[in-house]
Amino acid sequence: MSREVVIKTDRLTKKFGDFVATNEITFEVYKGEIFGFLGANGAGKTTAIKILCGLATPSYGNATIAGFDVYTQTEGIKKNIGYMSQKFSLYEDLTVLENIHFFGGIYGLRKKVLKEKSEKLIETLGLQKEANKLVGALPLGWKQKLAFSVAILHEPKIVFLDEPTGGVDPVTRRQFWDLIYDASDRGITVFVTTHYMDEAEYCDRITMMVDGLIKALDTPLKLKERYGSASMDEVFYELARGAKRSAD
Amino acid sequence: MADVILSKVLKTYNNPEVVAVNEVSFSVDHGELFGLIGPDGAGKTSLFRILTTLLVPEGGSATVNGFDVVKDYKQIRERVGYMPGKFSLYQDLTVKENLEFFATVFNTSIEANYDLIEDIYVQIEPFKNRRAGNLSGGMKQKLALCCALIHRPKVLFLDEPTTGVDTVSRKEFWHMLKRLKLQGITILVSTPYMDEAMLCERIALIQNGRILSINTPENIIADYPGQLYAIRSDKMSKLLKDLRAIENVSSCHAFGDFHHIKLHENHQVAQLNLVQMLNHLGHTDLELQPTSPTIEDCFIHLMH
Repeated sequence: MSREVVIKTDRLTKKFGDFVATNEITFEVYKGEIFGFLGANGAGKTTAIKILCGLATPSYGNATIAGFDVYTQTEGIKKNIGYMSQKFSLYEDLTVLENIHFFGGIYGLRKKVLKEKSEKLIETLGLQKEANKLVGALPLGWKQKLAFSVAILHEPKIVFLDEPTGGVDPVTRRQFWDLIYDASDRGITVFVTTHYMDEAEYCDRITMMVDGLIKALDTPLKLKERYGSASMDEVFYELARGAKRSAD
Repeated sequence: MADVILSKVLKTYNNPEVVAVNEVSFSVDHGELFGLIGPDGAGKTSLFRILTTLLVPEGGSATVNGFDVVKDYKQIRERVGYMPGKFSLYQDLTVKENLEFFATVFNTSIEANYDLIEDIYVQIEPFKNRRAGNLSGGMKQKLALCCALIHRPKVLFLDEPTTGVDTVSRKEFWHMLKRLKLQGITILVSTPYMDEAMLCERIALIQNGRILSINTPENIIADYPGQLYAIRSDKMSKLLKDLRAIENVSSCHAFGDFHHIKLHENHQVAQLNLVQMLNHLGHTDLELQPTSPTIEDCFIHLMH
């Protein structure tokens, strides 16, 4: 089975002085895959994501994102990815529609396309009544669903989600994963971090980072088999409890 | 005896549409480890601020260790420890300086209460001369807990101490709480992680400023109505969609490697029909079995 590779890293490394944040990580992510990027606090996830999004330069090693090089083609990377995190979502003092138009505009969507897309998006999310309300007035769960939809408005090849469901109620958390599945079905690769171990089960494959290294990379089922664990929580615990580093 | 008593506590914010705390009543017994479980925006932080006298409620009343949160705020402040959700120590003081500062503010010394914090403090002692701002997340959390304990409070309020913390550190933190409980301190802790509910003696499930249920975790689970089933197949995301379209399925939610479903008709034939229907839709390796609900199942049920 040959699948299209959209993220490819080879011994990707980032050092800060003597500190090796990300230590020779090598992996591939396929088109349309839901790829869970897990690790203990301080394992080096954030540093790796910054490099993959074209926001930081590696110390050595190689990586291409949607075919663009992380050293020389960071603008190409940025145009072909979407990003959302728990912290940065949308402009709270702009309305739902204004946010959609603003971010769509930044990604160069034409007016006509943008109008069609925003109408469809508002309908899909059931936000007809809220379209002209300030985003700040929406409940957190709706904000996060909207932020995700805005992050993939320009149909990027890959979307990076950094703890997208932190603090979200259990029903909305599951609705959020419905959106992830839909995006994946449309061929968008989803690169996601989470502290909820049930969500690790929803990924096609998982990497576990510990102290800057990739300690494991496989499907949730195979990881559970390998570590003789009943749940991903146990797998995580087995792999991460030996960690020497901890940070935010 | 109850150490924390709330009676119809009400708090709204500027925007009158936002009722942060909506006539909430419950009590926490002396020496109890009580959990407030709910998502962001449920009203957990507002409740904590009211109980630690940092916010004045608009309606209702509350007492902490026998003192009124409005009239007797000075007495309460001497008797409670508070660890806010946001790291609130002095970043430019060292670990030891922070601890000394909080001890001094409460007219005591580190030595006088060292036995209470020893377990936790020894883990950060190697870094005692490091500025708090330069500590890792887990270390900051431990220092904040020490500072909240240094005046030997009667009641400890911990607002989302484990949010954003990985599963290993979360487990360690709950071990620390269990040991503190043995010292007779009443602990009120909030968390958005439903799995942590099982580690509390009693919990209140909270959503949109209202209490959905208060009980022991075991009783909340026992109160779950009807039979819950766990189901899986080789195509989990398609299974979710297919199940939702089947009439006999009354609810369906993803739960890790299984989906949890409830059926209108539970009998053997109905179950066989369901499996057959899913086989026809292309699912293989189907497994359907009764399962006991988790706190998250209960929360989802109570939300509706």
